[in-house]
Amino acid sequence: MNEKWMNVRVGDIIKLENNQFVAADLLLLSSSEPHGLCYIETAELDGSTNMKVRQSVSVTSELGDPNNLAQFNGEVVCEPPNNKLDRFRGMLYWREKKYTLTNQNMLLRGCVLRNTEACYGLVIFAGPDTKLMQNSGRTKFKRTSIDRLMNTLVLWIFAFLVCMGIVLAVGNAVWEREVGTLFQHYLPWDPSVNGFLFSAVRTFWSYVIILNTVVPISLYVSVEVIRLGHSYFINWDQLMFCSKCNTAAEARTTTLSEELGQVEYIFSDKTGTLTQNIMSFKKCSINGHSYGEVADPLGPQPKVSIPNLKISNPDFCFYDDTLLESVKVGDSHTQEFFRLLSLCHTIMSEEKSEGELVYKAQSPDESALVTAARNFGFVFRSRTLGTITTTEMGRTVTYTLLAILDFNNARKRMSVIVRNPEGRIRLYCKGADTVLLQRLRPCKQDLINITSDHLNEYAADGLRTLALAYRDLTEEQWEMWSESHQCADKEEDLLSAAYEQIEQDMTLLGGTAIEDKLQEGVPETIALLSLANIKTWIVTGDKQETAVNIGYSCKMLTDDMTQVFIISGHNGEREEVVEGCGEVCFMKFKGAGKQSQCPPSNRMDNISGDFALIINGHSLAHALEADMEEEFITTACACKAVICCRVTPLQKAQVVELVKKYKRAVTLAIGDGANDVSMIKSAHIGVGISGQEGIQAVLASDYSFSQFRFLQRLLLVHGRWSYLRMCRFLCYFFYKNFAFTMVHFWFGFFCGFSAQTVYDQFFITLYNIVYTSLPVLAMGIFDQDVPDQRSLEYPKLYEPGQFNLLFNKKEFFICIAQGIYTSVVLFFVPYAILANASQSNGEPLTDYQTFAVTTATALVIVVSVQISLDTGFWTIFNHVFVWGSLGCYFTIMFAVHSQTLFSSFPNHFHFVGSAQSTLLQPVVWLTIALATVICIVPVLAFRFLKLDLKPQLSDTVRKTRTLTSGRLGARGGSRRSGYAFAHQEGFGELITSGKNMRLSSLALASFASRHSSSWIDTLRRKKHAHTPPSRWRAVRLVHLLLLTLSCCN
Amino acid sequence: MVKEENESPNRPDNTAFTQQRLPAWQPMLSAGIVIPGFVLIGLAFIGIGVALLITSRNIQVLELDYTGTEQNSPCFQCSDPDQQDCVCTLQFSINSLFEGPVFFYYGLSNYFQNYRRYGVSRDDGQLYGDLSYFKEPYDQCEPYRFDRNKRPIVPCGSVANCIAVYTFRLFQIVNGQQKEVPLDGKGIAWWTDYNIKFRNPTVTPLRNAFNSTAKPLFWPRPAYELDPSDPANNGFINQDFLVWMRRAALPDFRKLYRRITEGDYANGLPAGNYSLEIAYNYPVLSFSGRKMVVFSNVSWMGGKNEFLGIAYLVIGTLCVVMSVVMLIVYAKFKFPEED
Repeated sequence: MNEKWMNVRVGDIIKLENNQFVAADLLLLSSSEPHGLCYIETAELDGSTNMKVRQSVSVTSELGDPNNLAQFNGEVVCEPPNNKLDRFRGMLYWREKKYTLTNQNMLLRGCVLRNTEACYGLVIFAGPDTKLMQNSGRTKFKRTSIDRLMNTLVLWIFAFLVCMGIVLAVGNAVWEREVGTLFQHYLPWDPSVNGFLFSAVRTFWSYVIILNTVVPISLYVSVEVIRLGHSYFINWDQLMFCSKCNTAAEARTTTLSEELGQVEYIFSDKTGTLTQNIMSFKKCSINGHSYGEVADPLGPQPKVSIPNLKISNPDFCFYDDTLLESVKVGDSHTQEFFRLLSLCHTIMSEEKSEGELVYKAQSPDESALVTAARNFGFVFRSRTLGTITTTEMGRTVTYTLLAILDFNNARKRMSVIVRNPEGRIRLYCKGADTVLLQRLRPCKQDLINITSDHLNEYAADGLRTLALAYRDLTEEQWEMWSESHQCADKEEDLLSAAYEQIEQDMTLLGGTAIEDKLQEGVPETIALLSLANIKTWIVTGDKQETAVNIGYSCKMLTDDMTQVFIISGHNGEREEVVEGCGEVCFMKFKGAGKQSQCPPSNRMDNISGDFALIINGHSLAHALEADMEEEFITTACACKAVICCRVTPLQKAQVVELVKKYKRAVTLAIGDGANDVSMIKSAHIGVGISGQEGIQAVLASDYSFSQFRFLQRLLLVHGRWSYLRMCRFLCYFFYKNFAFTMVHFWFGFFCGFSAQTVYDQFFITLYNIVYTSLPVLAMGIFDQDVPDQRSLEYPKLYEPGQFNLLFNKKEFFICIAQGIYTSVVLFFVPYAILANASQSNGEPLTDYQTFAVTTATALVIVVSVQISLDTGFWTIFNHVFVWGSLGCYFTIMFAVHSQTLFSSFPNHFHFVGSAQSTLLQPVVWLTIALATVICIVPVLAFRFLKLDLKPQLSDTVRKTRTLTSGRLGARGGSRRSGYAFAHQEGFGELITSGKNMRLSSLALASFASRHSSSWIDTLRRKKHAHTPPSRWRAVRLVHLLLLTLSCCN
Repeated sequence: MVKEENESPNRPDNTAFTQQRLPAWQPMLSAGIVIPGFVLIGLAFIGIGVALLITSRNIQVLELDYTGTEQNSPCFQCSDPDQQDCVCTLQFSINSLFEGPVFFYYGLSNYFQNYRRYGVSRDDGQLYGDLSYFKEPYDQCEPYRFDRNKRPIVPCGSVANCIAVYTFRLFQIVNGQQKEVPLDGKGIAWWTDYNIKFRNPTVTPLRNAFNSTAKPLFWPRPAYELDPSDPANNGFINQDFLVWMRRAALPDFRKLYRRITEGDYANGLPAGNYSLEIAYNYPVLSFSGRKMVVFSNVSWMGGKNEFLGIAYLVIGTLCVVMSVVMLIVYAKFKFPEED
């Protein structure tokens, strides 16, 4: 029965199938795999790409079928909902027994079931109680900084309105006392008015009503309309459409568009956002010969494959056929190289039919390596507890698997010891070059040097490298070691000592380079954005090595950097602490020795040189504490690149909040998975990568598109334009309202502060709605200062937005001043001229209606000329709206002043005839022309001089010049290990214990029982062996870091 | 390829509008436009300014204040508000021919016809001749809506109530004899006011329409007796009434009283002595207002208006000066860069 996620309740037992998302936090009861095992991928949750294994409590794993499950009536007591992804504590009471539950028994919402046909789980937490949702943070109402500024300004304007009201009310009081009382013969006070003070109070409210047009009510509506337009332009942009995944960009929020033009910090997830989560075998170095260089990177690339190999994987791509030749010729090194790849791993295979091999790998790296071997003729077919069967160049060979020396983070390598059919025992090892190269037989130094050069080259390209080596063992050596190994059983220290002992004197075979495929155009995008003064931070849940590697491959980290600080404290033992401190200023850089000689200084401002900071989740937790966070943020912002790895979803959000709090900068978070939701929600702008599997991030986001590289267009083109348009719009909008309204204020001084309006009431009603709204809307929607390609070519054009230069309080006051100046001109020029003017037939022009029509016409013409000056991009719409508004004004005026309307409503259309009498007078037109010129000429002169004396970059961007993008593959000089392996320890034991073998193969190796199910305990022990975090260490770390930074200065 | 395109219904339309590639005119404030523009505007303004100034200088204006605040003023004794039906005579002389047609204005200063409550206190429905408003005047007319006997006032409201009913008679003194200058009172109001906005009720005789209404408090006679001799100038379409009802925008204003276009004075007022007989009946001293009469002739641009010409000259000159400044700035900052 299929049920919707929303109907999942705590206590339900639900069935999950392969490749399905886990719908709630489940207690795993049983699965289709042996021993209640199941595999999950947690990329959505923590961003790491390797597979993880979960096992049900042994008693429930036998509840295979639904009927038995229906009988299940256990009781679970557990911790309250929390956001810790790696911890779960609970108890299962069933059949009067207690069973301890840990994270190993849990399937968390957001994981994907892999390599497991089906499993059953009991819902522990559902909906908002799930760990994923607990991590997703609160949903906040997002508003742009322009919005906030606008609200402040509107409040100020309101205060200004009240001030004007008070001034005019006081004026009225004085006037009524001095003049009004005497004028009562002709104009008696209302019976209700008993004195000038009461009259002043009434005047105050009258003026608040009349002058309320300075507080632009239609502003908010217009702003929303403009933003809506901008959002549609984002939706419609073909250049942000990904034809591969058939998704267009989508503006899911329509209220943030101009903030896109002000972004200063980008927080990017790694997996699925920067990378495609696809590993491909790219290059290799075998016996000092490097393969995989593409001769002509632009030309057509023939795929290399062995023609007659039936069971090759068609997705595999490799473009260097010399390697193929070498395999065919039967070069022993090459063959041994691929043999190693086909043997030394922890992959399970499944061969559904002949040639249809499916590998169940715990990490995509391993899968890539084994697939490479498979396509070069060394096919891993199957394994049992004690054997590995391969097909080598068409010949089936079965090796006896003697031992798996499992991977762990400290060892950074894994080995297998196999006996080939001829009986020779050989140890195959693969691992980080830094550790492996020290364990080689000290001969063939040339080969070691060459290989290590190759690996460095690969690493500089951002590839993940592994070195491969083997060692022949004699029977005696093996037996001796085997004994010591068994003695060391389960004691971690002894075990690693035993491993250490045998992984010696190895012979180097070569190295591999795997590309963690970046999304298209990622390095270019990051480079371009950094030119636009946007800082990109990578925030990922994945391992440090992987993150650093990606940092290099997307050119955030470069070898030119002065220093790369790595703060990688663990919740680990004390000795690691000390090591961590030492590690602060170390990894690879020039000038580390200076440290001790320099006095500490806190001048973070004048730090020169490029620094990078890499910090992991444990250290970050300390750095984010109240007393540390400020220091941390200063340090981090002094660095050119910042990478946070191994962080929880909530920490991602905390980092964003921190930057928001201390830098007051606009932040943008981009991610694709459910683990990015909190970050997306807390950043000013959240961007979701769509077109992938999960849509959680997209649902939480404000903008979504399918490729990281669209970010440059979103920010540099759409964002910049939006900001520019919005700022120009706001400036003009405030200006036109002030120019319009302040005329009443000046008139107040000449009409006894009687709240007499200057204009006809219809003009007042229609001014904002009809006469002036559309031209400025058209400008707000269509304006462009430079074309889109230019803003990508000159990323510096983005900077005015970050510094908020186009609309701030200063600009606002300039607009207001201009508006007030215009109103002064619009009132006093007609005042001075019309006071004594008369028509050519002698009738005076001093009457109120002539004055009103003249002022209104002058106002409409002046603001139309002003919008024409402000509009830099005259599309057909701008023309229609500007000319249309003017036409509208005259048409409506003549209509309102017409005889027809007057004869129906004489008391409402009493301006009858004013338009034609007034506008036929040359003096009126001379007045209008004079007022227009006085208003516009200073603006014109000011703008022209500004253009000449202080031109903006956007003004100077004229001549065509394409950005010369240097090849983003230049290699630096220094050396770096490109080791990164998305692997987790424990799988070796999983295989040797036979836990994950199907029953059939398990039956063959019955002796496996002696290993029992202790592997999972080992796993657990390793995980929880960590002592609580030691705070002092992180404090010292950051202090040390500060010190180092200032020393390197 | 065709198939592929069919497969992407999500692909946004490739139109100039959606892709923001609309053809557009992108004007620039380049020196080649702005500086010549300034010069052109400046020269045009200077030209217009000179023309206006010359025209304005040729217009003759004669202003005579008769408020009577000063002891030696002939209207001094009339300025006492208690005086009824006081007539005073103002003597003045013209040295050269005052070219015709001459317009005769009366002026008031410090009089707030533009006060809001004053301005709205009228009933355009009544004045349009709509009898329904005769019974129930517009409520804005308060306190001049009904008289003490609850009879509706027609025309109601402040504006109509305090009409300045002037009677001026102008005499030329020829050989000691007073020769009356004929004054033309026709067509002194706006054409639209006379023909559209104001109408008498279509009741004959006109006075019947005013049955059971009251005249405005200050009026010596009801509206239908404003000019009993001429039905086309009586009632609401009396020209003096129309002129008064078109309220002024500013506290100092003048309104047209008569034209001098007839008889011996069709070409203007010849040089000589004149006397003006004023029926002084509108007290303004209480609010320190002033009263005056103005004689003026007009040109194509209306009456005398020095300010307009001067303003045009000043602005024109400023434009030219500005263009020179801009040229210098442009030359200084632009040319070195372009090298």
